[in-house]
Amino acid sequence: MSFLEAQGISKAFGGIQALETCSVSVEAGSITGLIGPNGSGKTTMFNVMTGYERVDSGQVRLNDKAITNLSPDKVFRLGIGRTFQLTRIFPRLTVLENMHVAAQRNDFKGLLSRWSSTHEQQRAIELLDFVGLTSLKDLQAGNLSFGQKKLLEFAFVLIAEPKIILLDEPAGGVNPTMVNYLADRIRKLNQQGITFLVVEHNMEFVMNLCDKVLVMHRGTKIAEGAPAEIRENPAVLEAYLGD
Amino acid sequence: MRIYKIVGLVLALLIALAFPLVSPNPAVTTVAVFTLIFAAAATGWNVFSGYSGYISLGHAAYFGVGGYAMAILCQDWKIQGGYSAFWLVPIAGLVAALFALPLGWIALRVRRHTFVVITIAMFFILQLLSYNLRGLTNGSIGLGLPIPIDWGGDFYDIPFYYVALAVLLLAIGISWWVRNSKYGLGLLAIRDDEDRAMGLGVTTGPSKLVAFIISAFIVGMVGAIWAYFVESIYPASGFDATFDVAVVLMAYLGGLGTISGPILGALILEPAQQYFTVEYGANGYYLIIYGALFLVIMLLLPRGIVPTLTDRWNRIQLARHRESAPPMPAMALSTGSGAESTDRKEEINL
Amino acid sequence: MSIFLEAIVTGILTGGVYALMASGLTLVFGVMDIINVGQGALVILGAYLSYYLEQTFHIDLFLGLLITLPLMFVLGLLIELFFIRPIKRDRTMLSILVTYGVALIIEGVLNLIFSANNVKLQAWYITDSINVGGFYLSYIYIFGFLLAVALLGALYLLLYQTKFGHSVRASMQNRVAAELIGINVERVSAITFGIGIALAAAGGMAFGATNAFNAGSSYDLISRLLAIIIFGGMGSLSGALVASLSMLVIEDVTSVLWSPVWASTVFFILLVIILLLRPQGLFGQAEGRKQ
Repeated sequence: MSFLEAQGISKAFGGIQALETCSVSVEAGSITGLIGPNGSGKTTMFNVMTGYERVDSGQVRLNDKAITNLSPDKVFRLGIGRTFQLTRIFPRLTVLENMHVAAQRNDFKGLLSRWSSTHEQQRAIELLDFVGLTSLKDLQAGNLSFGQKKLLEFAFVLIAEPKIILLDEPAGGVNPTMVNYLADRIRKLNQQGITFLVVEHNMEFVMNLCDKVLVMHRGTKIAEGAPAEIRENPAVLEAYLGD
Repeated sequence: MRIYKIVGLVLALLIALAFPLVSPNPAVTTVAVFTLIFAAAATGWNVFSGYSGYISLGHAAYFGVGGYAMAILCQDWKIQGGYSAFWLVPIAGLVAALFALPLGWIALRVRRHTFVVITIAMFFILQLLSYNLRGLTNGSIGLGLPIPIDWGGDFYDIPFYYVALAVLLLAIGISWWVRNSKYGLGLLAIRDDEDRAMGLGVTTGPSKLVAFIISAFIVGMVGAIWAYFVESIYPASGFDATFDVAVVLMAYLGGLGTISGPILGALILEPAQQYFTVEYGANGYYLIIYGALFLVIMLLLPRGIVPTLTDRWNRIQLARHRESAPPMPAMALSTGSGAESTDRKEEINL
Repeated sequence: MSIFLEAIVTGILTGGVYALMASGLTLVFGVMDIINVGQGALVILGAYLSYYLEQTFHIDLFLGLLITLPLMFVLGLLIELFFIRPIKRDRTMLSILVTYGVALIIEGVLNLIFSANNVKLQAWYITDSINVGGFYLSYIYIFGFLLAVALLGALYLLLYQTKFGHSVRASMQNRVAAELIGINVERVSAITFGIGIALAAAGGMAFGATNAFNAGSSYDLISRLLAIIIFGGMGSLSGALVASLSMLVIEDVTSVLWSPVWASTVFFILLVIILLLRPQGLFGQAEGRKQ
């Protein structure tokens, strides 16, 4: 059953058709990859799914409920987390504080202290442990390296206990050891039941990690299937090598 | 480190409490009163602008509203000069907060840059209203405030000093609470990346508005004390653009978004400002120096004293920390030096 | 009826002059993303320059523009170079504060040189007037308006018919893309800023000829100019024009229909109304969500 899906999305920016009746569907519990050459519309699709862009036509559905054009905070509250290609963390806050921002809950305890409950504080530390950033928890997030920022973003998206996470180029600009570490963390979380949709250029990363791969080109989906199939697919090869 | 901080704060408080009693002469105490007033105003301004990053250049409007509220209430309720008038100060603050509710709501509908300009426009609207609503404000002549006859020459400053100090401590308390609460964290997140904060569930609209109102409340109280202290208020004095500039400058000098920054800024600039007014008086020199000071601070020290010093301190700590790195997953540490500057340009995958 | 007509006519004519001053402001925002809150002070500086030339050398106000315009243009280049260009982070916010500092210095200098007394520019066309449809209109209003038309027309030609103008418009739309196609955005910015200040000089002359002024007049002026560009949409030249004309006409009409005292308040109320209905101004761009 499709957990998150975009049906027939079209989106244009001025004269450029970024998405053209594109349909993408992600199954619950899977790690799905979304690949395609530069300019194929992958990030736009992400933006549309998470409410950062409005659609010209088409629908986005979560568990068969329409969520098209909802604002990012509503999308977030429905359990969809998202990271960005150029990490968006809060540079002037400490690593731990970044975690607490993401764990926003509207209750009274929050008026008195940084976090809403000891449970939240524990969970924040646990997650920082999970991504290996615990010793840096009081450091200003802006001083982290790029890879560390990616881990932080990953961690604070998790603190809201999302059911599905959209990762925008998690392996981009990061060294090979870190890439493996990230893949490992993703697999572990997936085992605990979190669904993933991953946009990536790093083919090895995608092929080793994902159950299913979707390929986009020029705003539409041109292929989908298991990694091995996609590798052999002539249309895909053409898209990458063709233009 | 913590123990030093606490001892230092207690010491500062004791000095502040004892000051007027040991002050050499009343003129110095008067300067101290003005300094406390500005420190409280700067702290109040910082609660909104420093934490949320939305710079309000029209906060003097709430100073004026507070001052006029004080004057009008004293008049209507026939309050005599003396201690009882001070009870009106919080009420004047509430009046300012009430004004801030609709005005803030309108102003916060726009993006950051336009916001700044709107606050300036609203300041002028309120100033114009104070000129035009003659029935209420007595137009350009202004209003007088009750004069405490019993407080002889040397004693006059003292009650004002302690009330101003009380308001400053309240402002510090509020500022500290905001900084250390989840609500305040949300504001700081808004400052760093508002859309991302919103995307993570921070209720940005109400957060900003609440901070705006709280800040107007504080500044309104300050305006009330000030009007009572100088015994009169008229449009040009209550709605004074240079007051606004002074408060903003103090907060920037000391450090925007910190608790001690605005106070430090006030401690440095207000006595200096008083000195210049006495020495030079003439408008021209005063403005030139002020403008030059503004430029120097904005161009050379835009983050302010406290953040720059804190940063230096943190870097020393960081270097010390890395020398004695504890055993932990090699993953996180191996990916970078950790102390890279935030200005580093990052690759964009086109 | 004739006072009504007079209000509308003067509104349009003064609106033209305000459009001149506001154009510089909105143009600079559009190209450089900075808000020059010192524009008011610079206008007054232009007015004082014209005053000085006229008082000391008896140069006609309009001829004097041949001196003041280039002079202020160069001043604009210098301000941009020394005070704006060094700002690296948080450009828009810091530019507001920095230009405020510049404005304070200018005001201080003017106050020292000319004292706080109100002055007004003198010329035959200021005191003489012409009979138009039942009321007397001072020639200066017409000349000032023509000046505004001429300069704004020249600006339009510059922006739409020259290569430089093309660079300016490209930079306005997308700074990074403009750089990528070889436009020297820094130079374009500096020159645009200079143009903005030169326009202030012209506006200053016209303003000084129709209003008594002193160094402190800049506050009221800048608040109006800012209100105008927000009303019209920041970065939009046509917005500045429409906003100037409409706001001034409404203000002048309010002045005769209701009272002069409330007229200026109405000016700002208009601003608040537009913000409630359309926060981006008449011709401004709506804020999209940042990704």
